[in-house]
Amino acid sequence: MVTVQAAIAANRFGLGARPGELAEIGADHEGWLLAQLGSDTNAAADESQGSAEILRESQRLQRVSREARRNDSEELGEAAQQAYRSFIRSQYQAQVTRRYELATVTAAPFRERLVHFWTNHFAVSADKQAVTPLAGIFEDEAIRPHVTGRFVDMLMAVEQHPTMILYLDNQASMGPNSRAARAADKRGRDLGLNENLAREILELHTLGVDGGYSQEDVTTFAKVLTGWSVGGGQGRDTDSTTGEFFFRSSSHEPGAKTILDNRYREDGVAEGEAVLADLAMHPATANFLAQKLARHFVADEPPRELVDGLARAYLDHDGELNTVYEALVSAHVAWVEPLAKYKTPQDFLVSTYRAFNQQPDNPERMFGFLGLLGQRPYTPGSPAGWPDTMVHWDGGDALLKRIEWAAIAGRQISDRARPVELGEAILGPVFDDHTRTAVSRAESAAQGLTLLLASPEFQRR
Amino acid sequence: MTNRRQFLAGSTQLAMLAGFPGLTLAQEAADARLVLVILRGGMDGLAAAIPYGEPRYRGVRGSLAVDSPGQTNGLLKLDGLFGLHPSLKTMHEFYQAGDLAVVHAVATPYRERSHFDGQNVLENGSDAPGGSRDGWLNRAVGSSAGTYGAIALSQNIPLVLRGDASVTSWAPSRLREADDDTLARLAELYAQDPHLAGRLEEALEARAIAGEMGGRGNARAGGAQGQLGPVIRAAGRFLSAPDGPRIAVLDTGGWDTHANQGAGQGILASRLGGLDAGLAALKQELGRYWQNTVVVVASEFGRTVAVNGTRGTDHGTAGCAFIAGGAVRGGRVFADWPGLAERDLYEGRDLKPTTDMRAVFKGVLIEHLGADSAQLSREVFPASASIAPLEGLIDA
Repeated sequence: MVTVQAAIAANRFGLGARPGELAEIGADHEGWLLAQLGSDTNAAADESQGSAEILRESQRLQRVSREARRNDSEELGEAAQQAYRSFIRSQYQAQVTRRYELATVTAAPFRERLVHFWTNHFAVSADKQAVTPLAGIFEDEAIRPHVTGRFVDMLMAVEQHPTMILYLDNQASMGPNSRAARAADKRGRDLGLNENLAREILELHTLGVDGGYSQEDVTTFAKVLTGWSVGGGQGRDTDSTTGEFFFRSSSHEPGAKTILDNRYREDGVAEGEAVLADLAMHPATANFLAQKLARHFVADEPPRELVDGLARAYLDHDGELNTVYEALVSAHVAWVEPLAKYKTPQDFLVSTYRAFNQQPDNPERMFGFLGLLGQRPYTPGSPAGWPDTMVHWDGGDALLKRIEWAAIAGRQISDRARPVELGEAILGPVFDDHTRTAVSRAESAAQGLTLLLASPEFQRR
Repeated sequence: MTNRRQFLAGSTQLAMLAGFPGLTLAQEAADARLVLVILRGGMDGLAAAIPYGEPRYRGVRGSLAVDSPGQTNGLLKLDGLFGLHPSLKTMHEFYQAGDLAVVHAVATPYRERSHFDGQNVLENGSDAPGGSRDGWLNRAVGSSAGTYGAIALSQNIPLVLRGDASVTSWAPSRLREADDDTLARLAELYAQDPHLAGRLEEALEARAIAGEMGGRGNARAGGAQGQLGPVIRAAGRFLSAPDGPRIAVLDTGGWDTHANQGAGQGILASRLGGLDAGLAALKQELGRYWQNTVVVVASEFGRTVAVNGTRGTDHGTAGCAFIAGGAVRGGRVFADWPGLAERDLYEGRDLKPTTDMRAVFKGVLIEHLGADSAQLSREVFPASASIAPLEGLIDA
C-alpha cells in the first residue's frame, strides 16, 4: 500500500517519482530521505575538466583572439573569437547536460535537490560570459562536496572559487591604501574598491538583507576581501597558478578592520576567512538559511515554528547541515499538505522525464524549453538566484507553455505508457479522482498523458 | 467532444465581444495607454541623463565622463545643464518633438542598496520592502479610475502587476500549441484548482488577441537579459488591438554595471542603445495610438557618483526616469538638482534624491488615466498623502 507520505517524499523532497519509486520508499519515507545524506552517490564523474583548466583554456583563446586582431587581421581575430565562443558554449552545454541527466536518473533525488538548492543560494549566472563555461563546474567543485557537511566549509569554498570572484567582480578590487593602488596612482590610474562581492555575501549568502549590517560594514568587508582574486590574468602574479584562487597581497587593504562590532586584525587572506567563519555562525545567518530551506521544501510562507526549529538545529550543531535536514524531514508540518508548493519550470521538466523513466535524449530542446519558461539553466540573471515562490512562476503564459510541453511529451511517449497506471505509479494516493476520471476519458493515450502532466497534482508538490 | 469545443470557442468569442477582462474605462481616458518599462539592476542615471553643465561633472566621473555635445560620440544636449547619452538618439528626437520628459534626482523611498529590496519597493508602491504584498499598478488598475486590461510581456507577472485585479501575461513562443480539445478538457480539470483555472483562462484570452495580431511571434522570449525589441514590439501590438489591454509592463536586465561600464561606448552604451531602439520600435508599432500613450521608464536606484575601482559604479540612490510618448508634455527636464559637490551627495557618495518616484507615478496616473488623487495616496501608494503628484507631465 503506497502512502501519501511516500508520494510527498518522492515529489516534494525529491525530483518527482520514477515508476517504482513510491513502492521502494514503502512505509519508511523519512528513512528513505535520510539515507541519501550519507555517502555521495551523485558525485560527478571525474573525467571532466576542472575549473582551473577551463579558465586557462578560455583565457588562452581570448589572448589568441586579441593578439590576432592586433598583429594579423580582423578576419583572423574574428575566427579566433569564434573559437573562444564555441569553447565556452560547448563547456556550458556539456555541464548542463550532465546536470540534467543526473537529475533525471538519480536514486538520491533528495540529495540532488539539496545540491540545486545551495547552488541557487550561491547563485552565479552564466549569462555573464566569464561564468558561462564555469557555472556547472562551480556546482561540482564548491557546492556538491559540502552539501551534507558544515555550512562554513561551503561558504569558504564558494567565496574563494574563481567563478564567484569573477561573477561578482572582486578580481580587480583594490584597497585604497594597498601597494598596488598606490603604484597605480603614481602612474595616474585611479583603481580601487569594488563592493559587489562583499555586499552580496552579507545580503544573499549569510545574514540576509535584514541581518543588521550597515553600508559601513559593506565597505569595510569589501576592504577585507581586497586581494581575493584569480591567478594569471595578464601575466603578472608570478607566484600564482593561472585559473585558481589567488590572494594578491599587493591589492589587499592593510590594517585592522571592524565589521558588525567585531575587530579583525590585519591577517592577509586569513582575515577574510575569519569574517566568513563568524558570519556563518551568526544567528541572522541561521535564521535566513532556515527560512529559505523551509520555503523551498514546505510552503511559500513556512510556519514560524518550523523556521525557528531549523535555525536552532543549525546553531546548536555548529552549522552541520545534516542536522538541519533531519529537523526538516522530521517536522510533522512537512508531511500534511501534499500540494503546498508549485514546481519551478526546471523541476516540472525534470519530473516529466522521471515519470517516463527517460533521460533527455535531446538536451537542446529541453534547455530551449526551459528558456521559454524563463529558467534557462544556470542563468538566474542575478546573484539572488531563481525565486522560490509560486507567484513568480504561475503566469498564465507560463502555464500554457507547460501544457504545450506536456502535449509534446505526451505524444512522444504515448505508445509506451498507460496514462491512468502511470498516474497511480508516480502520484500514489495524491492522484485525485477528478483527475483520474479526466485522464481515463481522454480521447487518446497522448491526450491522457498531457492531462496527467498538466494536472494540479503534477504541477504542484 | 463538440460541447467542449463549443465551450472554448464560445469563451473566446465572448472575450472578444466584451473586450479584454474588466475593461470599463472612464470615458475621458478611454484611449489612454500606459507602458511601464522596469530596468532591473540599477541604471546609472548620471550616464543616461548627464549633468554636463555641472562644473564638477568631469572631475567626479573621471573615465566614465561622456564627451561634450558636438564631439563624435558626444552627449546630446537637452538644455544648459543636461544632455542625453549619445546612444539615446531616438529619445533625443522625442525630446525635441515634445514627446519625452526626463525626471532627475528621483528615487523610491528605499534608502538601502539591495537590488531585490529596491525593486520590491519600486513595484509594491509602499515605502518599505515587503510593505505591500501586491503591486501599485495592479491596485491602480482596479481603482475607481476604471478597470484597464493589463498585460505583462513576460511568462510570469512581475510584482508591480500582481494583485486582485485580473492581469495576464504573454511572451513569444516557438512551440506547437496544445489542441483546443485538450485545452478545454484542462479548463474542466482545473475546476478543482481555481488558481490554475484563472491563469489558464487569462492566457487563452491573451493568446486569442495574439492570434488576431497575425500569428504567434517567433522571436525568443525577452526576460531578464533578453533583447527588448521583440517584447516591446509585442507590447505595441497588444496596445493597438481594438479589444486589447491598455496597460503593459515589461522589464529588462543588465543595468548592474559594476565593472567596465564604459562612457560614450561600452557595456552601458549598448544597453541604452537597446532601450532607445525599443522605444523607437514601440512608437512604430503603436502607430496612431502613440498620441495616446505614456511610457514610464524607471529603475530601482541609481549608482554611485564616483567611479569605483573597476571602472564601473556601485549601487547608489537617486537616478533618472524617462517619460515618453505622444501624450507627454515633453521637452523638459524635471529636476530639483541637488548638485554633485561632496557635501551635496547622499551619504557622501550618491546623487541625493529630491523627487519621490511615487510623485512621478501619481502624476502619470492622475493626468493620463484620470485616477483620483486621494485614492492613490490611500490605496495605490499607501500612506503617501505627503507625496504630491508631479504635475504637468501630460498634455492637457
